[in-house]
Amino acid sequence: MADYSWPEASKRRYIGKSVSRLDGPLKVTGVAKYSYDVNRSGMLFAKILRCPHAHARITGLDTSAAEAVPGVKAIRVTQGVGTEIKWELDEVATVAAETEEAAEDGVRAIRVDYEVLSHFVTEEDRANAPDQEVAREETEGDPAAAMASADVRSKGFYGIAPITHCCMESHGQVCEWEGEDKLNAWCSTQAVSGLPGQFADKLGLPTANVRVITPYMGGGFGSKFSADRWGIECAELARQENAAVKLFLERDAELAVAGDRPSAYATIEVGAKSDGTITAWISESWGSGGISGSRGSPPVPYVFQVPNRKQTHHSIVINKATARAWRAPNHPQACFLTMGALEDLAAELKMDPLDLFLKNVSITGPRADTYAEELEVGAGLIDWRRNWHPRGDSGRGPVKRGLGLGLHTWGGRAHQSNCEVVIFPDGNVEARLGSQDLGTGTITVVAMILGETLDLPLDAVNVRIGDSRFPASGGSGGSTTVGGVTSSTRRAAVNALEQLLERVAPSLGVSADQLEAVGGRVQVKGNPARSLSWRQAAARIGPSPMSATGKNPGPGKLSDSGVGGIQMADVSVDVETGIVKINKVVAVQDCGLIIDMKLSESQVYGSLIMGIAYALCEEKVLDPVSGKMLNPDMEFYKLPGIGDIGELVVHMMTGPEYDKRGVIGLGEPPVISTGAAISNAVANAIGVRVPYMPVTPNRVLEALERGGAA
Amino acid sequence: MSKEGKEEHGTANVSRRDFLRGGAAGAVTTGLLQRISGAPSAMSGHGVEGPGAMSMKLKVNGRKHRVELEPRTTLLDALRNHLDLTGAKKVCDRGTCGSCTVLVDGKPVYSCSTLAIEARGKDITTVEGLGTPERMHPVQEAFVDNDAQQCGFCTPGFVIACKAFLDRHPNPTLEQINTGLGGNLCRCGTYAGIRPAVMQAAGVLKGGTNG
Repeated sequence: MADYSWPEASKRRYIGKSVSRLDGPLKVTGVAKYSYDVNRSGMLFAKILRCPHAHARITGLDTSAAEAVPGVKAIRVTQGVGTEIKWELDEVATVAAETEEAAEDGVRAIRVDYEVLSHFVTEEDRANAPDQEVAREETEGDPAAAMASADVRSKGFYGIAPITHCCMESHGQVCEWEGEDKLNAWCSTQAVSGLPGQFADKLGLPTANVRVITPYMGGGFGSKFSADRWGIECAELARQENAAVKLFLERDAELAVAGDRPSAYATIEVGAKSDGTITAWISESWGSGGISGSRGSPPVPYVFQVPNRKQTHHSIVINKATARAWRAPNHPQACFLTMGALEDLAAELKMDPLDLFLKNVSITGPRADTYAEELEVGAGLIDWRRNWHPRGDSGRGPVKRGLGLGLHTWGGRAHQSNCEVVIFPDGNVEARLGSQDLGTGTITVVAMILGETLDLPLDAVNVRIGDSRFPASGGSGGSTTVGGVTSSTRRAAVNALEQLLERVAPSLGVSADQLEAVGGRVQVKGNPARSLSWRQAAARIGPSPMSATGKNPGPGKLSDSGVGGIQMADVSVDVETGIVKINKVVAVQDCGLIIDMKLSESQVYGSLIMGIAYALCEEKVLDPVSGKMLNPDMEFYKLPGIGDIGELVVHMMTGPEYDKRGVIGLGEPPVISTGAAISNAVANAIGVRVPYMPVTPNRVLEALERGGAA
Repeated sequence: MSKEGKEEHGTANVSRRDFLRGGAAGAVTTGLLQRISGAPSAMSGHGVEGPGAMSMKLKVNGRKHRVELEPRTTLLDALRNHLDLTGAKKVCDRGTCGSCTVLVDGKPVYSCSTLAIEARGKDITTVEGLGTPERMHPVQEAFVDNDAQQCGFCTPGFVIACKAFLDRHPNPTLEQINTGLGGNLCRCGTYAGIRPAVMQAAGVLKGGTNG
């Protein structure tokens, strides 16, 4: 029976080391072709006419003037007369033309009449919401009695706004037909293997006739798992015109309709004994995932499983496009609500929140020891014990400084993945997976596992992903990819090596189990004198390449799930302007066995910056009067720049105890508690909770006006 | 997001090409274009170009190209759609994010907010002209070494912006990096790698052509 287990730490050539991303040189030179960059001969450009109202019925539609626009080739009405449109910028018609400019002219020339209907977009205003439902109602223990008998109680309101994905590469694709019944689609997608079925279903084709190609991908963050209606329209236009068609969403649509993270608002009461033992939690929360209402609900109380607890969550329906998974769905909201409430409880208790967290770490579940260890590491990195002060910086001057913390968890169980490893007679080695690299490093970690297993240099192995013709792999969501692809690649590579050794064995005069691949050679175990170079060994294969496959066997073998991490923030707040400045953010994270240390750290650095973004800057603002998104551009949909992030410190937990669990995904967890840590640091600095996130200057000033100690 | 960073990108006076693309107000559009291209004003009735496609020459990465473009076509669309130079990316399409940054006569500009006809007769450098995967520019090499990229979609614009920044600041401080590169945005959050990458590239380039 082949041994697929990960090699011992002392024998690892690549695993756990810092390897530069292998596709890096292609990206920095502009050679990497993203779906948006695909240009085909005779290609048409498509643009979409969108409804300017949040709620309306189409009463008239005239495309004749648009059809006469020079360069316009085809117009498809997506939603015609009589259709009720339920969110702003929903699609009405799509124009394909010879140039982008002509397509825009065509869009402008379409005349649509609307009967404007009443809308509701104010998700915080639960009392006036026309449509809502209970999304979750859970009770554990006796929260009412426990609250009544608590020594100290803290009650507060907390709200976190919807944010969008704002992918740098917009949503879209290039579609081109091969004959009448085969579609090639270059899609910006997180699900290369999953998309052909979606296209085939809508286009009336066998799934095998759809090929999805995504060699590089410019960001998804949870919003790109669907072929989407615009993808189907693009394919239909390409079929109709017998030409390639490129359709990528304009930035306003990307921000307004291509998904967002649901909001969450809550009133929360927490009770504790005077020694800090948390005993009771009662929360009433609500939020909206858009027109479809809920996209789940924030799991509060988060991580801390308070013994007596009650949570009720209502889902509000509003006139906005449906939310999509956003990096760690529901966790950042739950984390902010919970960590904010616990930090406020600590203030009531006149207790250092770090002590409160440590005091209650036993109710965090299976990762309790990890959290305790991580809290101490983080405290050291930010010098918590020296820098923390009771709520409200008592120093002089308008700039107040404070510390805050939060902790988080995530599953990250490896997805289903298949890999084919091919060894060519000239010694080249290739791994093929129907997976995708979102910038997380899929290509690099697969190459590292190949190199590790065959003991070859990384420039001797080739990784091919981003094509649905390769063996199926799961979509890249929920931090499931690295565990999936490394497990399948490991098994395929071990299987391929076994086959190769069988072929080579006769020429070295031993049985295959007496052979090993070491340092780019195949040798009799422990005897380098009896060996062949890798190339000589591969030549024994014969004229045709040799192929082996591997499949992720599921959890507990090479991968696992369930991680814990903590984050701490150090901020300065100007109480005259309300501006929050990040001084430093520390992240301490575990993710089991780390494959590439450099890329793992990159994931965490990136998460911290994204966390700073939703903590301080970004927010999807809907206007209650018009129902429109007020900031559907990158000037006013704010992302932080390089000067807005302060100093970032990342500490990955490593060692035998973490390694032995196997590979666990890392994309989601470190983005979860950044916002909570920053919000708590602001409260610590200015002496009062800013109840909303993002913590914008006006909200800081409002909070101070309502009663700050600063 | 810093003001200073935006100014460094010094785009042309007219940055809202949506307005230009409005099309209906032909005379106004042409007038503006004339002002930008330095030709006589449309008001004088001489030398009006467009609004239809016209032949023009663009010099990109040292090579001259003859292209048929409407005056309203942006430099970014000209590069991507007509010359298949797709290194510069279309992201915000509105002069905010910097992913479309190219050099025009050595200065970084947002090519989404620059018209192709403005760039006639000028030296245009895109990321493809800076280096190749086999022979990377020190800035490109530093981006790889410091993992200053994830999805990589903002990266070509950042690389060009860093190159231009280092031309002006051969010995940059962190403070200068924070303000001077504020005109480019990244969603994956690669700033933590970009800072040391700029420092590394500055070290390699020192004594070179910059300054």
